[in-house]
Amino acid sequence: MSELFITFFKIGLFTFGGGYAMISQIKEAVVEKKKWLSDDELMEIITIAESTPGPIAINLATFVGYKRKGVKGSIAATLGVILPSFIILYIISLFLDSFMENKYVAYAFSGIKCAVAFLILKAGIDLFMKLPKKIIPMIAFSIVFIAMIIFDILSVSFSSIIFIILGGLSGIILYSKGFEKEEKK
Amino acid sequence: MIYLILFLEFFKIGLFTIGGGFAMIPLIEEIAVRYGWMTESEFFDLIGVCESTPGPIAINMATYIGSSQGGLLGSAVATLGVVLPSFIIILIIATVMKNMTKNKFFKGFMEGVKPVIVALIMSTGFLLLLKIAGMTSDNVFNPDFIQIIIFCIITAVFFIYKKTAKKKMGSVFIIMLSAILGIVISVISEQTGIIPTI
Repeated sequence: MSELFITFFKIGLFTFGGGYAMISQIKEAVVEKKKWLSDDELMEIITIAESTPGPIAINLATFVGYKRKGVKGSIAATLGVILPSFIILYIISLFLDSFMENKYVAYAFSGIKCAVAFLILKAGIDLFMKLPKKIIPMIAFSIVFIAMIIFDILSVSFSSIIFIILGGLSGIILYSKGFEKEEKK
Repeated sequence: MIYLILFLEFFKIGLFTIGGGFAMIPLIEEIAVRYGWMTESEFFDLIGVCESTPGPIAINMATYIGSSQGGLLGSAVATLGVVLPSFIIILIIATVMKNMTKNKFFKGFMEGVKPVIVALIMSTGFLLLLKIAGMTSDNVFNPDFIQIIIFCIITAVFFIYKKTAKKKMGSVFIIMLSAILGIVISVISEQTGIIPTI
């Protein structure tokens, strides 16, 4: 149990950038070093983690923890992967405001804002490339993209969760028949 | 009741964060601005901090915002809120519903959500870029030349590195580079007045 906690604590402490960067670390620790899972099992878990809500690192920790030691194991692994972030960000939150008053720190952050814009756009473009280039997803993409820009210009406050739910419901209506056919084949 | 609000809002974010960390940036931005927890500008500073510290960005953001609004307990409930949906769903899949991800309704839902998430991420990035370029929603054209220059430099460096080193540059490196550029270019412009500032 403590082994699960410590292994995932290390993963949480040494992976930057979250998500996909963590997968290779988790693979190294869990498959190559500890031999808790086979390569195939890890691939299966990653597929599940990608198609369920929530941060991938949390999904993976919960799943591996459960496979090893049941519910207790999943709690130990999840807590392990969260705690480093929690401790570090809590400490930062106590100092950041006064830190930002420094002129040079403010300069640095004016630069960092550009990096953030770049990283968000890059993530968006990478994900866009992975979308199926079919008419329905492209229409859904365009509608939401244009609506978000217009809402921002008009300063309308709107919860994007509504878009997500609408997208999901139209997905059920449009695709579930198709998946049924696939299964029959 | 700030603790309840933090827990519920971050629970919702955890539940609707589909496809990795960046998907929740637009969702967190909305609640942070709606509740007046931080300005848009502070929010993007925070993303910079969360991207350059270890761990999943969702946990980092929840901890920071929770702490800034409700101290240690606030950060604990916000983090718990953002983690619980994943934790519960994965436990359900691992225990009783091994084939949930193969269910046709579940697959349909996830397929329908994907283009929406990509559009939300793209529009967030695009709007931030417009703001850097000086297009603000109050219709005042106010470009920040220093930031435009930095954006162009990191974009160029990223692509040159990708071409020559055949490797992708890590996001921590991009953030560090932009921080250094931010200091250097701001100081140069302060000393020489060469770049018009706002």
